[in-house]
Amino acid sequence: MTEILSPLPGTFYHKAAPDKPPFKTQGDAVAVGDVIGLIEVMKSFIDVQADAAGKFVRYVANNEAAVMAGDPLAEVA
Amino acid sequence: MAFSRLLIANRGEIAVRIQRAARELGLTTIQVHSAADAESLAVKMADVAIGIGPPPAAKSYLDVGAILRAAAETGAQAIHPGYGFLSENADFAEAVEAAGLVFVGPRPETIRTMGDKAAARAAAQQADVPVVPGSDGRVETLAHARIAAAEIGYPVMIKAAAGGGGRGIRVVESAQGLEGAFDQASAEAKAAFGDGGLYLEKFIARARHIEVQILGDGRDAIHCYERECSLQRRRQKVWEEAPSPALSPQARETLCASAVALAKSVGYRGAGTLEYLFDDATGEFYFIEMNTRIQVEHPVTEMVCGVDLVREMLRIAQGAPLAYKQSDIRLRGAAIEARINAENPALNFRPSPGKVTNYSPPGGPGVRFDTLLHSGCAISPFYDSLIGKLIVWDETRELALARMRRALGELVVEGIDTTAPMHQTLAADEAVGRGAFHTRWLEDWLTARAAS
Repeated sequence: MTEILSPLPGTFYHKAAPDKPPFKTQGDAVAVGDVIGLIEVMKSFIDVQADAAGKFVRYVANNEAAVMAGDPLAEVA
Repeated sequence: MAFSRLLIANRGEIAVRIQRAARELGLTTIQVHSAADAESLAVKMADVAIGIGPPPAAKSYLDVGAILRAAAETGAQAIHPGYGFLSENADFAEAVEAAGLVFVGPRPETIRTMGDKAAARAAAQQADVPVVPGSDGRVETLAHARIAAAEIGYPVMIKAAAGGGGRGIRVVESAQGLEGAFDQASAEAKAAFGDGGLYLEKFIARARHIEVQILGDGRDAIHCYERECSLQRRRQKVWEEAPSPALSPQARETLCASAVALAKSVGYRGAGTLEYLFDDATGEFYFIEMNTRIQVEHPVTEMVCGVDLVREMLRIAQGAPLAYKQSDIRLRGAAIEARINAENPALNFRPSPGKVTNYSPPGGPGVRFDTLLHSGCAISPFYDSLIGKLIVWDETRELALARMRRALGELVVEGIDTTAPMHQTLAADEAVGRGAFHTRWLEDWLTARAAS
């Protein structure tokens, strides 16, 4: 099991837009560099990219959660 | 209209700036703040500070009810909205007045009119201010488009009437290309918006962004000359100057006179800015929009005109007439502002919130640093990345560039990344030295540097 950590403090989003599906759901294949979420910081949106490959397990941080740099966001197995 | 207790409905460097002007006028300053800003410089400086909600702006600085409750609780008599947040919200201005307080800015109906692009364009045309030439309304047929394009002059831009987001837009270089582009744009507009209606606008390939500062008291209006803000990234200004290095004295007078005409025609009250596109190739300028508030880059105007714009806003809001006649406003020297953002220019401007471990401002002759920084402060992830504005003035633009390089060398901000290194490179750049730029120049320059 690998945790994907937040690169920055900010607000975490599972989706590219409120009416879009989440970037990943359980069982999805994850490749290194895949976007799994967004961090809103200083009115900018930064892609959160997977730094490990495998199968997507779950989001650890809730959609729209306030996160700190280094907080776990999602799990990949 | 007289007031002695001013509430500042904003944060960061502009809250500090407004407090300075207010204090010089003997006003008591009341600073509202979110939970994230409880230790901010603006809060430390204020006579009275009051919390209005949690960190997200929607629950604090944009919460009209919370701000009006804070005003009532602290006995505020006037509200300065700064820039951004609620500064151009006509409903907020109306609510402030309905609560019996003074809104430091234009009348709500002026904000409403000038905030609507079509209404602002109509107001400009009525005041004989040039707007970007375009078809008046929709062009229904290819034949109609041919006539309109010939009148406007090629190149023209075909845009979807119902549009947005760049869809349905085609640039047409000459009459030969019009038919194909018209059909494509119409089909694309129909697919995207369910409405194939089109209109035409003149395409200006290399425009400069030039804007005119206006002051009005509701009866009379004057200009404080222009600023050039062509250096932009993602439509955000990063470097501003006064005066523009591109205008002849004659062009400057014509441009500024047009802005005064528009301000007078709407009985403008307060500080405002009219934004124009300036076409280097033809020397033509076109009104694009008006901002009915103080702007981030107002200090470059203050430096070359010797006018305190924020103090004037407060005096006008207190009911005083304009303190200056047009002939009192003299342009002297050149001023440049570099926006210092908490971003890493080497990492595609990645935001860099965090704790500032060491801070030392630049100083000396002709240097001004408007900032929210203080020793040990934390830069919040919740708000925009502007942490300071380094403004320099000198007798000539060349001297001001040398002073900018010197002042940037003195600025120390440690613990976070800032855009200061990019400004140091820009201030030494040959094209910047010649003032040879347009609104897409900086993005091209950044792309070229990233590739090399």
